Amino acid sequence: MGMVVKSVTSFGRSGLSDWLVQRVSGVVLLAYFLVVGGYLVCEGSTMDYAQWSAFFASTFMRVFSTAAVLSVIAHAWIGLWAVSTDYLTERMMGGKGLVLRLAFQAASAVVLFTYLVWGIQILWS
Amino acid sequence: MLKVSLYRYNPEVDQEPYMQDVELDTGGKDLMVLDVLELLKAKDPSLTYRRSCREGVCGSDGMNINGKNGLACITPISEALKNGKGGNTLVLRPLPGLPVIRDLIIDMSLFYKQYEKIKPYLINNTPAPAIERLQSPEERAKLDGLYECILCACCSTACPSFWWNPDRFIGPSGLLQAYRFLADSRDTATEQRLSELDDPFSVFRCHGIQNCVNVCPKGLNPTRAIGHIRNMLLNRAS
Repeated sequence: MGMVVKSVTSFGRSGLSDWLVQRVSGVVLLAYFLVVGGYLVCEGSTMDYAQWSAFFASTFMRVFSTAAVLSVIAHAWIGLWAVSTDYLTERMMGGKGLVLRLAFQAASAVVLFTYLVWGIQILWS
Repeated sequence: MLKVSLYRYNPEVDQEPYMQDVELDTGGKDLMVLDVLELLKAKDPSLTYRRSCREGVCGSDGMNINGKNGLACITPISEALKNGKGGNTLVLRPLPGLPVIRDLIIDMSLFYKQYEKIKPYLINNTPAPAIERLQSPEERAKLDGLYECILCACCSTACPSFWWNPDRFIGPSGLLQAYRFLADSRDTATEQRLSELDDPFSVFRCHGIQNCVNVCPKGLNPTRAIGHIRNMLLNRAS
């Protein structure tokens, strides 16, 4: 009793904050794909590379795309963290659960960090 | 003749659990599943299960009936067969996700541990009035749909989040009880209770799939209670 559940690898260290970030980032991504998808539906049939590139070059789309990249990182981390703490546990697989879980989380972190830097580089250079 | 498939496991004798097929003459009556077990136990006294009140009040005989958790004493054979899984065979297994002690009996220690964690009692350190702490009818009405829980564990053992983290996720039953005390106008430990629920596991492993709502033999809605807890946490922190 009075046992406090701790977690140092979750996104915001608080269940409520992770939950909120997951929801908000989901809404940002939905809005982003609606805007990009809507643009493709309206302009796609006649579009060339120059027009597609110009679309993403506007300040509005750069800011929006950056928000979408940040949302992907946060959303994916919270989701993958939940998956790893569901299935890769000591309870399920004994001692190797900890090793596998940390390895999975580290690999996820490397991939997501790469996406973050790479995405910002593409958008702002 | 009713065909029954029973989960059998006696750790003192059996290497591993197995399904035993038996037949029973029900005399054409639509018995309750518990009656079927009683008749079978009369033939084979080694068959083991928990039961007490036999009328859906004590919560002892929760089990997995044709793929769906429920109380054997208030589930008629006809309803069990309607669940679809098992065809015309009544399939009885222990509640899933917790260790089996023997046959249909599971070790509910982790379930009770989660219940204990939410401090399932009124906390109020202000001096007690001479007779009792009063509640308005409206305040009392907030406890409806919460206090009726009989701790049969049908909901928590139907919840995948509880299967994976029964040591850290409180589970639908415990969370329904947690909200029962958060919603009680006489309880003064709201802040302390909420602060103990804010981690990523205790409440937030609920992903709202509502298996708990689907199986609750008392027709309660733990998912809604969990939503209320989340709103209280959000209110407190934003």
